[in-house]
Amino acid sequence: MSGKTLFEKIWDSHMIAEREGGEALLYVDRNLLHEGPFYAFDALKREGRQVHRPLQTIAFSDHYVPTTARAMGSAGIKDGEARVMVEQLARNSRATGIVHFGLQDEEQGIMHVAGAELGLCEPGMLMGGADSHTSTNGAFGLFGFGVGASQVKHILATQTLWFSKPKNMRVTVDGTLGPLVSGKDLILAIIAQIGIDGGIGHVIEYAGSAIRALSMEGRMTVCNMTIEAGARSGMICPDQTTYDYLGNTRYGPKGDDWKAALAYWKTLPTDADARFDREVRLDGNALEPMVTWGTNQDEAIGISGRVPEPASFADPARRERAAEAQAYMQIKPGTAMRDIAVDRVFIGSCTNARIEDLRIAAKLAQGQKARVPTIVVPGSMTVKRAAESEGLHEIFLAAGFEWRDAGCSMCTGSNGDKVPSGERCASTSNRNFEGRQGRGSMTHLVSPASAVAAAVTGRLADAREIA
Amino acid sequence: MSAVAAFTTFTAVAAPVFQANVDTDKLIPHKFLRKPLSAGYRNFLFYDQRFAEDGSEKDFILNRAPFDKAGILLSGRNFGCGSTREGAIYALQDFGIRCVIAPSFGDIFYANCLQNGLLPVVIGDAQAEKLNAHLEAHPGAQVSVDLAAQTVTLPYGETLRFEIDAQRKEQLLKGLDDIGITQQYSTQIDQFEAAHKKRQPWLFRAQPELTDTRATLKEGVS
Ligand code: SF4
Repeated sequence: MSGKTLFEKIWDSHMIAEREGGEALLYVDRNLLHEGPFYAFDALKREGRQVHRPLQTIAFSDHYVPTTARAMGSAGIKDGEARVMVEQLARNSRATGIVHFGLQDEEQGIMHVAGAELGLCEPGMLMGGADSHTSTNGAFGLFGFGVGASQVKHILATQTLWFSKPKNMRVTVDGTLGPLVSGKDLILAIIAQIGIDGGIGHVIEYAGSAIRALSMEGRMTVCNMTIEAGARSGMICPDQTTYDYLGNTRYGPKGDDWKAALAYWKTLPTDADARFDREVRLDGNALEPMVTWGTNQDEAIGISGRVPEPASFADPARRERAAEAQAYMQIKPGTAMRDIAVDRVFIGSCTNARIEDLRIAAKLAQGQKARVPTIVVPGSMTVKRAAESEGLHEIFLAAGFEWRDAGCSMCTGSNGDKVPSGERCASTSNRNFEGRQGRGSMTHLVSPASAVAAAVTGRLADAREIA
Repeated sequence: MSAVAAFTTFTAVAAPVFQANVDTDKLIPHKFLRKPLSAGYRNFLFYDQRFAEDGSEKDFILNRAPFDKAGILLSGRNFGCGSTREGAIYALQDFGIRCVIAPSFGDIFYANCLQNGLLPVVIGDAQAEKLNAHLEAHPGAQVSVDLAAQTVTLPYGETLRFEIDAQRKEQLLKGLDDIGITQQYSTQIDQFEAAHKKRQPWLFRAQPELTDTRATLKEGVS
């Protein structure tokens, strides 16, 4: 009998029952929420149901929070509907006994940034979340997945979920990433290779020397965007990097709990003789900084490249999609990516707003000046404080960048931080869909280093040019 | 047990919105996800495609008769990719769509469909293209779905079989929601939880520092 993968170990240890058809009832260790699934609380109330295990759910206000002028709390949110979203999560959390990191909490942040840095994500967990990017936390060697409001309701009411077992894919990246080539570039290259529907029905485990060499922040970026390849989740086996990170968190296990947890975590990595349904390989040595040219995440290319001819795609569907994307993005085939001027820059989101991202950005921004409006939105207030204690904010401010409070912000613009129609934005977020950053907005996904390069040159640029 | 609308058989005009990777931002822009369900989600569907910035109607297939009364949508690969937002489902249903046919679906969207009694039907690429060509040539052509038989009957008489999880099919046919079913497993859940707690007690430790500090924080909300 062959060994088990990390995913199989977690699946097996959380299975309560199986039923005809193949779905399994799984136990959910922890569940993360944001303001979005208010429908779930409304429905629970309507149906007269209780939250079964409130201590296993944690809520974060992130999508609708303002990134400036927070002193007045929610009363200071001018947009009435956004205020309702922030206040009703606070009210619903309080009424049901759920821990809530609200607008004025000193540890407030994007759920996929704050949860991990506080130590709420542990190897081996099965984690549900009200957001597709819950996959981010797979960087710790857990199985994290996003669900819609109805399944959020199911988790709240039962602490379980019915799930049909995904297939298991392994993406191995060996080699050494070059200077200023980051986890973001790596995941964009992976998505470009397997396609935005290449991961449907799969959980992806990342392995190989280039993955092992990534920090926890870099690993989170990779697992975060795994969802953009259509996969259910991304995961990385826990190792010393994971344990060192968790040993320094505020709410992670302590004392005897830490010892017991660590012993358990060490049993989790994929066995040497485990089998995967699909294997994909990438050469880390060959990668350069990546940037998207289209409206899907697989429409990405190295920064030294040119906007491709739609006819260059073998698949007719991709050809058509490329032509439509280029029309929306107002760019012509053959244009050098480095010749594309941008109107603004966003450094933030659950993909790239952790302390390491801001350190890289600040290092490059040192002594430079922004040519286009640039905002830096830390992923959490904890990240914000850490950055300020290191003086990073002073570098950003001196370069003419705006320095904001934590939240999702311009990733999707739900709090009002939008890219105006017809403007082009270099963004460290994860979705370049039509209208994602605001109606008529055009998004180029880039790493934090490339975002700074775009800010100070006013065009898409290779960070190595300005370093 | 709370009910979801049951799905048995359905015949309706099918609208071809035959694009690959229709993402949930396209199905419903984020700005509408703050609206209460009572607002009605019909007009939020494909909003940017259907309406100009000033709110006037654009020339988009779902704005035109007979497709403004479509009950079935045909689309391309990877339909519903992107976010978990169930607003995408609510908007489709409020428009009158009860079944989406596509060569593949985003995993989360597919699960959300089943939760809400919207039937996702997977057919092959070639069949989808043939159906698309027919629907474009014959506006208003109808498609029939029979969930019990797991078949779709196309306007040119061809009948295709589709796959669906046996238990999900049963639930859709009867309009049963998951929670009621899960509660039948409550003994197993309790037993599992007790054993799990014994194996990994630290996961269940109430953390006073985590809960107490948060409880004292005011949101300006009573
Ligand atoms: S930062 Fe963007 S992708 Fe991440 S949770 Fe917020 S809105 Fe979603």
